[in-house]
Amino acid sequence: MWGHVATIFVASALINNFVFSRYLGLCIFFGVTKKMETSVGMSFTFTAVMLISASLNWLIYNYVMIPYHLGFLKIVIFIGVIAAFVQAADTVMKKVAPALYYKLGIYLALIVTNCVILAVPLLNADENYGFFESLALALGSGLGFSLALIIMASIREKLELADVPRSFQGLPISFVLTGLIALAFLGFSGMITL
Amino acid sequence: MIEQLGHILIQAFSHALSIFANKLIPLVDAGGAAEAAGNVPLSTVYITLIVLAGLGIVFGVALAIVAARFVVKVDPKVEKVRDTLPGANCGACGFAGCMGYAEAVVGNPDVAVSMCAPGKSAVAEKIAEITGKKAEKMDPKIARVFCQGGSSLSQRKFIYTGVMDCTAAVLAAGGNKSCEYGCLGYATCMRACPFDAITMSADNLPVISKEKCTACGKCVAACPKQVIELAVESKAVVISCHSRDKGADTKKKCQVGCIACGICVRTCPVDAIKIDNNLARIDHARCIVCGLCVKKCPTSAIHDYIPVRPKAFIDPAKCDGLDVCKKVCPVSAISGEIRSVHVVNQEKCIGCRMCEVRCPKKAISMVEAASGVVDNKPAKKQEPVAV
Repeated sequence: MWGHVATIFVASALINNFVFSRYLGLCIFFGVTKKMETSVGMSFTFTAVMLISASLNWLIYNYVMIPYHLGFLKIVIFIGVIAAFVQAADTVMKKVAPALYYKLGIYLALIVTNCVILAVPLLNADENYGFFESLALALGSGLGFSLALIIMASIREKLELADVPRSFQGLPISFVLTGLIALAFLGFSGMITL
Repeated sequence: MIEQLGHILIQAFSHALSIFANKLIPLVDAGGAAEAAGNVPLSTVYITLIVLAGLGIVFGVALAIVAARFVVKVDPKVEKVRDTLPGANCGACGFAGCMGYAEAVVGNPDVAVSMCAPGKSAVAEKIAEITGKKAEKMDPKIARVFCQGGSSLSQRKFIYTGVMDCTAAVLAAGGNKSCEYGCLGYATCMRACPFDAITMSADNLPVISKEKCTACGKCVAACPKQVIELAVESKAVVISCHSRDKGADTKKKCQVGCIACGICVRTCPVDAIKIDNNLARIDHARCIVCGLCVKKCPTSAIHDYIPVRPKAFIDPAKCDGLDVCKKVCPVSAISGEIRSVHVVNQEKCIGCRMCEVRCPKKAISMVEAASGVVDNKPAKKQEPVAV
């Protein structure tokens, strides 16, 4: 069982990396990677929100939704849970860590409707994962997303100094780069078969 | 426990819903809708409603508790300041958006009220009112042209017949002007200006309108020779030359270039001028805009942007004859014996304000010569500025 958990972790972080092979969560990906500082902060927030929302949703899915045959309500309920939890996290963070709040406040609001955050509980539900498998998927996806953010931020900081043609400056060259990194991530495919 | 509660609720709902459903479903004319409704067991509808309502209540209560426990008090002044600010979040103040500046200016006593560039002094005054801080004077900026060598006063290396634009001209061996630091005169800045503040003079030099210029910096970015700079408008004495050539070379190329002779350095009463790399530069933090260097410069490379300077006038009622003004006057325009009323020679006075600043009795004021308060002599004509 633990082997399976480890497999899920590695697979979600590298092989099925949300940004580079599933093309999800791109708005945050391009939004925060202009600076290394914000992308590191975002990585922490994102992974933490992912872990907690995945475990909350797992509990609700397995102890409320399955017994009452409410599987068709997955999307509605998961979004509700995530929204409520992120709103609470937002309020707590404003009090406890104001500096972090002002850095990431905008992106916390973005997390509510982020597709990666919603995709993880949905995948967990579809695959009927156990609690630890769900956590592994959440942690793997979170760290994989963080990896993507940090790789991109370090490249984009260097890109500031590069001589990019005017029409490619900013977002276009970032998309080109993402495509190239995605090609590199294809190299992981086939490493583990789930 | 939950199941019991569920049953009670279901029974209560079922009655109401069965009436509702019986009335509603026949009203739906399409058979498909009625069929679909018929396939879903009614209990699923109840459970869905109960679960969603339950989750809603749980999260609502949890959020209310969190909001009450972790409430953050915001200084009402911050809100007021934020409402005063233009809200463009341009970042010109150096803080992250208007909210960031509002918090900093309320919370930190060292943050000045005048940092909002788009808001100008009106906003600064309002912020000062809210925060109880002192409103400092804003130093509005203006674009200044650092070249006076128009086509009649400077030499050309060759005849340029390409596209009449500085950015194109500069590609041909750095432009056809002998002086590589000077204005090429093909009006790229004029076309770049969004406010029509730049016009070209007859001598092919840009002239910047004091009224129209907003110091946006578009011309500074457009000029391939970096001839235009943003400068504080009140510091109206400017060395209008960028030539770092040696004096003799500069003189060959342009009649009004800075030859780094050092006369202005010796003339300046506050040591504000320094020569660096064959070019005199004014330290505007020190400059008192007295205009002495303008008079002394042998090549007229220094430009005084004040059109007519007011003259010093000594109020006989206040003057104690302390002789300070006489000693301080750089052009010996003040005469008078010690302990008797001193007089300013209006012909000689250059309006540098040195005596006004130094007079311990505050007996000296600056008067516009044209206003006729002192005498009716016309103001001494400004040395013609080569434009």
